[in-house]
Amino acid sequence: MSEVKPFLLELGVEEIPHWMIVPALGDMERLFLELCQTHQLVPGDLKFDGTPRRLVLRAAGLPERQADRVELVMGPPKSAGAGAAMGFAKKNGVTVEQLSTEVTPKGEYFALSRKIEGREVRQILAEALPTLISKIPWPKAMYWTGKGGTTFIRPIRWIVALLGDSVVEFELAGVQSGTLSRGHRRLGADEIAFDHTNYEERLEKNGVILSAAKRRKRIQDGIKKLLKGKGLELIADDSLLDDLVYLTEYPTPILGSFNPEFLALPQEVLSTVMRHHQRYFTMRDGEGKMAPHFLAIMNMKADKKGYVVKGNERVLEARFNDARFFWDQDQSKKLSDRVEDLANVTFQAKLGSYKDKRLGVEAGVCRIAAALNLDTRLARRSAELCKTDLMTEMVKELTELQGVMGGLYAKVQGEPDEVWKAIYEHYEPASMESEVPSSDYGKILSIADKLDSLEGCFALGMIPSGSKDPLGLRRAAQGIVKTIVEGRLRLNLKKLVNEGAEETNRTFLRIRSDYKEDRAADGELKLAKQIWEFLLDRVRYYFREVRHYAYDELSAVLAAGPVDLVDIESRLYALKLVRQTEEFEPLAAAFKRMRNILKQAGWQSGSVNPALLEEGAERELFDETSRVLAKVAVYRQSEDYMASLNVISTLKPAVDHFFDKILVNAPDPAVRDNRLALLGGLYNEVSSIADFSEIVTSSTTE
Amino acid sequence: MDSYQETIFKLKRFWAKHGCVIQEPYDIEVGAGTMCPETFLRVLGPKPYSVAYVQPSRRPADGRYGENPNRLYKHSQLQVILKPAPANVLDLYLESLEAIGIKLDQHDLKFEEDNWESPTLGAWGIGWQVMMDGQEITQFTYFQQCGGVDLDLVPAELTYGLERLIGFLQDRKSVYDIEWVAGTTYRDVRFRDEQQFSVYNFEKADVGMLWKLFDLHEAESQRLIDEFRGLDPEKDAYEKKRFPLLSAYDHVLNCSHTFNLLDARGAISVTERVGVIARVRKLAVGVATSWVDQQTLLNAVEVAQ
Repeated sequence: MSEVKPFLLELGVEEIPHWMIVPALGDMERLFLELCQTHQLVPGDLKFDGTPRRLVLRAAGLPERQADRVELVMGPPKSAGAGAAMGFAKKNGVTVEQLSTEVTPKGEYFALSRKIEGREVRQILAEALPTLISKIPWPKAMYWTGKGGTTFIRPIRWIVALLGDSVVEFELAGVQSGTLSRGHRRLGADEIAFDHTNYEERLEKNGVILSAAKRRKRIQDGIKKLLKGKGLELIADDSLLDDLVYLTEYPTPILGSFNPEFLALPQEVLSTVMRHHQRYFTMRDGEGKMAPHFLAIMNMKADKKGYVVKGNERVLEARFNDARFFWDQDQSKKLSDRVEDLANVTFQAKLGSYKDKRLGVEAGVCRIAAALNLDTRLARRSAELCKTDLMTEMVKELTELQGVMGGLYAKVQGEPDEVWKAIYEHYEPASMESEVPSSDYGKILSIADKLDSLEGCFALGMIPSGSKDPLGLRRAAQGIVKTIVEGRLRLNLKKLVNEGAEETNRTFLRIRSDYKEDRAADGELKLAKQIWEFLLDRVRYYFREVRHYAYDELSAVLAAGPVDLVDIESRLYALKLVRQTEEFEPLAAAFKRMRNILKQAGWQSGSVNPALLEEGAERELFDETSRVLAKVAVYRQSEDYMASLNVISTLKPAVDHFFDKILVNAPDPAVRDNRLALLGGLYNEVSSIADFSEIVTSSTTE
Repeated sequence: MDSYQETIFKLKRFWAKHGCVIQEPYDIEVGAGTMCPETFLRVLGPKPYSVAYVQPSRRPADGRYGENPNRLYKHSQLQVILKPAPANVLDLYLESLEAIGIKLDQHDLKFEEDNWESPTLGAWGIGWQVMMDGQEITQFTYFQQCGGVDLDLVPAELTYGLERLIGFLQDRKSVYDIEWVAGTTYRDVRFRDEQQFSVYNFEKADVGMLWKLFDLHEAESQRLIDEFRGLDPEKDAYEKKRFPLLSAYDHVLNCSHTFNLLDARGAISVTERVGVIARVRKLAVGVATSWVDQQTLLNAVEVAQ
């Protein structure tokens, strides 16, 4: 084994977009491991670091030389005779005596063991690294040395490649690998010599904190220090913190303030300007109210003269001034006077303008309102106005505030609480992490808006597939599911989908010459089926991944009729708890057996004739079932699935006893049918809560 | 503190020192310095070229009657093209900031991803917005394509938003308070432009007349492009080499500005919008590809000589 040396690769790149750095390091790791595997190298511990200007790979110990190895070259089959062996030997420059024979599944073969000397690892790396670097995939690469030249995320300006103390020499895009790194653009030297032991330290002296964790810590510590004794609290924002960690090489927080007059503007506006446009953290005072301060992160060590704070304050003030201007300006025209203007904003090229979309949302929200006994006039009004803020200057400038601004303007313009709150919240939930709308009208408007997008897009065949979902339909569907479940809306989602699809179908038949109605044999629109399937996938995803129900629990409950998601959740919850009891598993197994028997017998329906029951186990099961189902009926009235399932669990001894003693397939067809009816009745009743036969149990055999 | 115009002089001198031709503004309304032939056409083809010019950039829809402290119908851009981009282009850029008195060790500088794209020009590039103490002061772009043509040499385009940059240097809350020259403010020089053009663009411009103008400019540009394309490179070589593609391009610019006026006037519906952009792009691409064609002919002559 040759000596082991540390290896370091630093790619010096012009500022890489912050959100691409972590994925790129992951790709580098994958590619480097592939390289090691291809060349039989064991690299020791690997470390990957990134800043806006550099991607760094470090391997604790690569051997200087590959290990020697023996390669077996297969020759002709032994049956081919001595001539073939001689030819093979000659071709490989050895004598026949040096050949061996190898036994393979296809017979005996001549073979040659050849010793392959390990190569210099420096040589291997020099050959492989340019390819490795070029293979790092980027969302949008560029060329910079000229048409047809190397592409990368941004121009590569320097490359350090060190194995031990010496360079791994190669060239990429006109850049020759070397030994010198570079510092921070303004805090460090242009040429930094270092060795493996002092690399990070030398970088840090030159204004570069290589480790993201250290940069994060520096920000957090700095913030603590800045806020000490000021009575201010930072509104935590982890994703902003992440951005800043990868936007800087030497991050330092600074605290700025703004004129408290601006606090008269809606906080939503202030925080959006600070968060999305300036990457500032917002602050709260001791009473939890927004404070006229902000926290920014510089890519610098210190702001000794206060210029940076002052500059940032000036920028923020200008931005707030704009916002105030927009806020005042936007009031001069009411939202209700902007409805017609929506014809000028495209929702989707093929689906037309937001004016068209609004009509779809309106129809949908009225249906939902009616189903929930809410006021359809309020629902219609909220739908009518919900997109009008797209026409306001504020939203054109701060697109993140769509919906929110509409709500705020509607409030100022005297719309009812239900209406403005609904508009305010209707884009929620924006992600799986965000809250669902808090108001009833907000919830239904959110659902109607998202369902309308699904209907329109699906009708035009724009159905997400694989990872492609440019219109965010998956997220929309997920939002619908989340809002219904967490918003506890008692809706028949399937019915809603059918009605929405029917309405879309009618509309499209009227306005689009290229649209054709497509119905399945059962009369249901294919469109409705597609949307329903799509939503059902999100339902499954939601209960499994977000609420952590088991796959089989979900199948069991969905098999019982998936229309009311709130009800489904109650049943899931009950099932999950009951499942942990001792009686449950064997009972589930028994239900599985029942299903099989019923299926084999082709049983459809029928009622039990008590006169035909055999005394003993059969009568016992009948009595028990009658007792249990009577109770279940009462519990079901109050949707107490826990109690229902618990009482069903008490059936276990009777069921066991029945299967022990009774032959369902009795010779007398009447008795047989009666027994099937007994099992079928029980099975159907219980399956309307959850189909136990879907539950995977240890005793399940099929 | 330097005045507005002094800072501009310094920037021009800086780039002149680094080999740029200093041009005057182009004398047709454009929405951005990129649209001037000095950029749009010169970045095409294999000939190196470096240029800097201050270009008034007119965006009718951005007009605010002179009432918004930071938003203007007409703002000025210092446009710098370095073709091809030298390897130290970012260092040069930083030096240019020092040349106008910014002490880099006292300010916070970040390069934040911002890729530029112009659907009307069939052009795009990759780059950053340069943030100084939280203020965007420059747009930096490595062009990749112009007029739908992949660029042979990758140019760096630096666009300094002069009002923002100098407002920053002079610490003004409103662009109108910038000192243009001692005793004269930006307001004195430009307020009237903002007010009157806002009134015209939003209220008075005659939509019917604008559509007619658009059609006329489009037709003239297309006629020239077609004529150029009809020329035989051998038989009509002389005609082809001196063909007025620059005039064809002027009409493209006129179309583009007329489109912007119509847009500000609210005269373009969504459906039309896409179509009109496509019409302008078709012309821009037509001129760009013809231009490359013409340059190839001219270069061949140079090489032969």
